[in-house]
Amino acid sequence: MFRYIVKRLLWLIPVLLGVTVLVFSIMHLSPGDPAKILLGPKATQEALEQLREELGLNRPLYIQYFTWLGNILTGDWGRSLQLKREVLPLVLDRFKATAILTMTSIIIATVIGVISGTVSATKQYSWLDRLGMLISLVGFCLPVFWLGILLQLFFGLKLEWLPMTGMYSPGSEGNFTDLLLHLILPSLTLAAGAAAVIARMTRSSMLEVIRKDYIRTAKAKGLSQSVIIYRHALKNALIPVVTVVGMQVGFLLAGAVLAEMVFSWPGIGLLMVNGILARDFPLVQGSILLVATSYVFVNLLVDLLYVLLDPQIAYD
Amino acid sequence: MEPEREQATGKVLPRGRAWSEREEKTEGMWCPVLRRLWKDKFAVLGAGIIVVIIGLAVLAPVVSPYDPNQVDLLNRLKPPGTEGHLLGTDQLGRDVLSRLIWGGRVSVAVGVFAVLIAMFFGVFLGLIAGYFGGAFDIVIMRVIDVLMAFPYVLLAIAIIAAFGPGLVNAMIAISIIGIPYYARIVRGSVLSLREKEFIQAQHALGSSNWRIMFRHLLPNVFSSVIVAATLDVGWMIMAAAGMSFLGLGAQPPTAEWGVMLSNGRQFIRVAPHLSLLPGLAIFLVVLAFNLLGDGLRDALDPHLKE
Repeated sequence: MFRYIVKRLLWLIPVLLGVTVLVFSIMHLSPGDPAKILLGPKATQEALEQLREELGLNRPLYIQYFTWLGNILTGDWGRSLQLKREVLPLVLDRFKATAILTMTSIIIATVIGVISGTVSATKQYSWLDRLGMLISLVGFCLPVFWLGILLQLFFGLKLEWLPMTGMYSPGSEGNFTDLLLHLILPSLTLAAGAAAVIARMTRSSMLEVIRKDYIRTAKAKGLSQSVIIYRHALKNALIPVVTVVGMQVGFLLAGAVLAEMVFSWPGIGLLMVNGILARDFPLVQGSILLVATSYVFVNLLVDLLYVLLDPQIAYD
Repeated sequence: MEPEREQATGKVLPRGRAWSEREEKTEGMWCPVLRRLWKDKFAVLGAGIIVVIIGLAVLAPVVSPYDPNQVDLLNRLKPPGTEGHLLGTDQLGRDVLSRLIWGGRVSVAVGVFAVLIAMFFGVFLGLIAGYFGGAFDIVIMRVIDVLMAFPYVLLAIAIIAAFGPGLVNAMIAISIIGIPYYARIVRGSVLSLREKEFIQAQHALGSSNWRIMFRHLLPNVFSSVIVAATLDVGWMIMAAAGMSFLGLGAQPPTAEWGVMLSNGRQFIRVAPHLSLLPGLAIFLVVLAFNLLGDGLRDALDPHLKE
């Protein structure tokens, strides 16, 4: 297992380097002169030349990359052109909002997914199973941005139960109850697709487990259905579900941008999209780098957790 | 088909027989598949929806009641059911039904092209990596691993960030994120197939690597690629609409489902149909391709359903 963990940790190096190369390339693949992009169309020739010299844009690309990487590693993520602020504190601050949204969504999705998947599997081919699978198919195919609007229309506009946009009501910043109320619709929106995937995975994994010999033995011992399912089967059936949940955390982290757009949730996705539209490259690079890196680390955690739960994996 | 080649490989069988066997093999594979597919009510429903939407998209100039960009400021924000506008009008008085039909044309075309591009490069890379192995395999798969280290929405956004927002760039971005998916499927199948006797026999007969890859391996991985592609068209349509919704894909005034949804959002209080209808269209297409894709998978591999 130790060897597996070391191998998995070493694998981080090329992946993170790949991520930084891709993020670095964004500005250089972009049509146009980076200096002009950074200074805007009205910049004078001297100013452009000075900036090129300052940023080393006249130097070979690989030297520029290593300089940039060095800056990133020492915490200098550049300045946002549009917001005129340091990128790192800005993206970290907005990332918090995205993390709150993603974590709430994944909890909702896991609870709904595991419960409905377990019920479906224990009552295979019953109407409950069919209904559950139909709902999960619908949840799977619903565009996040459309589901968000549907929930907004129904719970926000028609019933007026929940706030339609934002993270806090004006004047109650930092109020936990207010945050929870604002969190319900965006997190449900984001959770739907993940819940569908988790439900399907739980169902198929559970179906596989309840056909195993030890479950038959448990039945033969005369244990009740609920003890068999919740004490014996679920524990093993959930091992592959852990991976799926972990993968979903990563997807939701990035996919949150759509929910953030619908609900004007002040997350990093919204910041990134506004940055792209304003051609604010340092901001775009910073936000993409932060989300991608956190995704890589979430995946690492999931893989390590998986090995702890099922040590056989390490030996495959 | 080159006659010499056919003769060279068909030494054991007279040419005519080789042909008839091939036909028999094709019929033998696809007929039961289609028969099983026909019995799957959900797959037929999915195929039906797809036929209707593609039909409307292709015939848009004929069936669309109005020009999708025809502005009529006197008839703004009319609800569905208004006389002359079955699905109402938008903030500029443009006919929503016409825009949905023309929007379908854009969305479906983007989805299909994105899948074709992703499939082309993915299959090619997967074939090379799986068949040649060694350094090819290592380099291709490592690059793919790095691509997959990005969540796909983020990767699409990053590519659009580099090339600039727009419909074509969004399509290119979502095709690039699709490539690893096909490459992995094909590589996996090729790895197991290349050790099979019929491939070894081709080596013994002196067939070139390219011939083995494209004439013998490709047809054998085709069914899994087709299933993946069918499921993928729906996702690609949704992804493209999502990018347009964010303002990174198609730009107004283009009639495209994501753009329509995004514009409609500003009028959600007075005219909710403006955002509900395009969303419903996207949902139906994704659902239809999923139903058909699932049905195809079960029909191609009936054991899987068990």
